[in-house]
Order: sequence, then structure tokens, then C-alpha cells
Amino acid sequence: MPPTADDETRRAIHAVWSIESARLIAGLARLVRDVGIAEELAQDALVAALEQWPAGGVPDNPGAWLMATAKHHAVNYLRRGTLLARKHQELGRALEADHESEGSETVERIIDGLEDDVGDDLLSLIFVACHPVLSREARVALTLRLLGGLGTDEIARAFLVGEPTIAQRMVRAKRTLSEARVPFQVPRGADRVPRLSSVLEVIYLIFNEGYAASAGDDHMRPALCEEALRLGRILAGLAPDEPEVHGLVALMELHASRAGARTGRSGEPVLLPDQDRSRWDQILLRRGLAALEAARASGAGPGPYQLQAEISACHARALSAGETDWAHIVALYEELARLIPSPIVHLNRAVATAMADGPAAGLAIIDSLRAEPALRDYHLLPAARADLLAKLGRLDEARAEFQRAAALTQNARQREQLLARASACAG
Amino acid sequence: MRFLCIYRPSKPESDAPPTQQEMESMGKLIGEMHKAGVLLAAEGCLPSSKGSRVRLDGGKFSVTDGPFPETKELIAGFALLQVKSKPEAIEWIKRFLTVAGEGESEVRLLHDMPAG
Repeated sequence: MPPTADDETRRAIHAVWSIESARLIAGLARLVRDVGIAEELAQDALVAALEQWPAGGVPDNPGAWLMATAKHHAVNYLRRGTLLARKHQELGRALEADHESEGSETVERIIDGLEDDVGDDLLSLIFVACHPVLSREARVALTLRLLGGLGTDEIARAFLVGEPTIAQRMVRAKRTLSEARVPFQVPRGADRVPRLSSVLEVIYLIFNEGYAASAGDDHMRPALCEEALRLGRILAGLAPDEPEVHGLVALMELHASRAGARTGRSGEPVLLPDQDRSRWDQILLRRGLAALEAARASGAGPGPYQLQAEISACHARALSAGETDWAHIVALYEELARLIPSPIVHLNRAVATAMADGPAAGLAIIDSLRAEPALRDYHLLPAARADLLAKLGRLDEARAEFQRAAALTQNARQREQLLARASACAG
Repeated sequence: MRFLCIYRPSKPESDAPPTQQEMESMGKLIGEMHKAGVLLAAEGCLPSSKGSRVRLDGGKFSVTDGPFPETKELIAGFALLQVKSKPEAIEWIKRFLTVAGEGESEVRLLHDMPAG
């Protein structure tokens, strides 16, 4: 049965929502100073659109229509006494004035001058949704909801938890923000770096959840990669002077560029050196390199995201595994280890050192990591050690390590691969 | 999801460059699409006099240089969008057509990064 005009309009409305909801919520949050209420008002406007647009068609400026409708509903809320007294006052003031006019706020705006209102509102919303007062899961859920326009069901499917869990997470998050009186503004000065760090952490978390998805999973999981990329690109547009924003975008674009080559024909994971490079997405790869250039141009010394992107870019630039500039990668890992002296960074440094300077050099570093509690159950440590031992002809030791790695991994196909390598070591 | 959107204006191609107004409106829309994080690439074509058509037919190549005045609705440009759904791509393209002028944009879903 062909779709009715109503079906098409409904689809168009949801498309408009995808495009406009974040800016709508951001603009309303600027008015009402509360993201929870802003979201409710935005939802009211969506309901009105679903009721009215099928008859009259999608208006010429859907964003403006939604905003005007949301403000109208705000007045209704006021009259019905739905809001708490404090909010009544703020809302009443804001609506009567119908523009930003509170003393110091105006002065700040004049001084800041250059940013346009919409950009500032959206940036404020990003910072609030990622506020460190919230738990990491709460920040992720709130970001996907307020900025991604994702439904509770979609978020639940993406994170493999129940809908009620996500719903509760968001209710608590909004309450926490309210109670903590988190201001709706872009952090500046001393606050800026840790707040931005929190935003980048959330975006990267969303990306990695999506990246970790495997073929059988709900389609919402890999969609998280696209959403994280989108959020990163938006942030790069709103905060172009922040090198770590460009660094993170570069890192995500470059990782995403390899997604098509990561899995073999039977679904087994394929490591980077063995990947079919013709399956690397050139559009994403070039975007990643461009973002890296933007990070470098922003001046400040490379931060951790930029460094990781630089390492990824070394691989991206090599037309074949054999052409990889491992010496450069080792130098980059050494720089990264100075910023983030984590055992995992050192492990990656060890693997790169083995490629640049031979297996014995890499093994020396790995051996120094064996006592690290953080790596105790990490399958990639014995796996890397086994690989180097095998290359050095120490096959009995290699076999034992491959078996240890196989026992530690959660991924069934990876376990098979490791056990196969263990068997291959038996004389 | 990635969509290739190929624009063919109804108006025949002309030598006249775009007006200041047209460039500003298009610039504004492209800016919005960038800021929304959905635009991967977009380019306009130079007149068909600078292009050619390459055909393989019956095992034989033939190359025809532009211009192609007899063709209705020549390709004028493309956009590569990354969005959550086809309706979203269509909504953006409607906004694009409003600015670019009457004609048709063919919106095609591309092979994408596979899951995992």
C-alpha cells in the first residue's frame, strides 16, 4: 500500500525533529534556565507539529514554528501553575522581556560579541549535558537525548540496557542539574579545560561503544559512531580554537575510516597490519587528516587526543603495512606516555617498538609491564608477548602465552584465532 | 547513513555567474549543514563546456566533449550527506532546492561502513 500524505508528513516531521531539536532545546534552555523543562516544552511543540502539520503541511521555517509554539506552551504551563514558583518568576520575566535583558548577562554578551546566539546556546547545552556533576552514564544518556534527539528506546538498545533504566537515568540527571543549579552557559577561564575534557570524554565514549559493536548487534550500536562523529564535528564548528576538539574528531574519523576492513569474511577480527587497505574509507580518512591539520594549526602543543590521532594518521598515510613509519609512531607513543603514563599506552608503545627496533626491544618493555595490576586480565598483553616470543623462536613460551590470552578474551572468534596460533607453536 | 545527492536544475545552464544574493543564500545553507555536522562534501559543477562524456558501448569507448546544450537538466552539483535517515536527507535537500532553484535532486543511499 503506498504511503499516505499523512505518513509522509509524519516522516518529514521526525526528520525536522532530528534537524531542529537540539537547537530548539538549547534556545529554550537559555530562556527557562533548566534543560529538563526546556526538553518538555520542546516535546510539547513536537506533539503540536504532529497534530497540525499533516493538515497544513510542513511550514517554511519549521525551526521558528517549533520555537514559537514552545514559547506559547511555556505561557500555558505558567498559567496552569505546573512549574515551581521559582521557575514561574524566571519564566515570566524572560517571556515578558522576550529577549535577554538581565544586567550582567547583556554586558557579557556584548563583550563576547562575536559568537552568534544559536551557537552559544548549543555550546552551552553540550557543556551542561556533559557536566561532571553527573555520572558518566548519565552524561552519555543526556547528550544522546538532548543533542542527538534519540528516543529512550533507541538509547536503551544502543547500550544494551532496559528502557526504564535509561528513563530513570535521565530523570535523575535533570534533577541533579537542577539541584546543583548548574548555570546554562559556556564555561570560561579556569573552568574551561576540565569542562571541555568532560565533553570530549563523553563523545569518545559514545564513539567507542559504537565501534565495539559487532555484526549481530542492533543497528543502533554502530549508529553511535556516526552520532559521536556528528557531535564532534558540531563541536569543532562551535569551538574551532580548541586543538583537542579537532584532535578527537581526527581520531574518530580515522578510526571510522578503517571500520570496513576490521572484520574478515567469517566475522573474525583483522588486525591493522593485515587489513585490506583498499577497504579503508577515503572520505573519512581525508577528513581525519584535515581535522588533524586543524588541530596542529590551533597552535598549542599536542594533547592526548591529537597525539593518538597523529599515530592513527601514520597508519593512514602508509599505502601498505610495510611502508608504515614505525619510528615516528614510537616517538609519538613516547610523547603520549609522558602525558598519559598508563600501562596500556606503554603496551602499545612496546608493540610499536618491536616493529621499529625488533622483537627483543619490544619484549623488554612488555616484560616490565607484566606485574601491572591494570593489565592483569587484559588479553592483549599475553597476546602481544606471545607474538614477540614466537618471532624470537621461543615457541614453548609463546604457546603458553597464546593460551593465556585465549582464556582471557571475551570474543569467541578472537579466542579461536589465539588458540590456532598456540597450536601453530607446537613444534 | 550516507546519501549522494545529485542536483539537476530545470533551468538550462547559462554563462551568467551566480548573483551575490544567490551565493550568500547558498553559503548560509552550506554553513548550516556544516554546523549540523551532516555535510561531508558538496561541490558545484563548472559549465558542461569544461566537461566530457565517456561511454563504453559494445566494447568500444567514445568520448564526447561538452557543451551539451541538447540535454535537459544537466548535473549542476552534488552533496554528500551523513544523516540518521532518508527522510532527514530529504528534508535537507528540500531546503537546498529552495535556495538552489527548481529542479530535481536524486538522493541515493550509499554503501556504508558495515557494522563492526
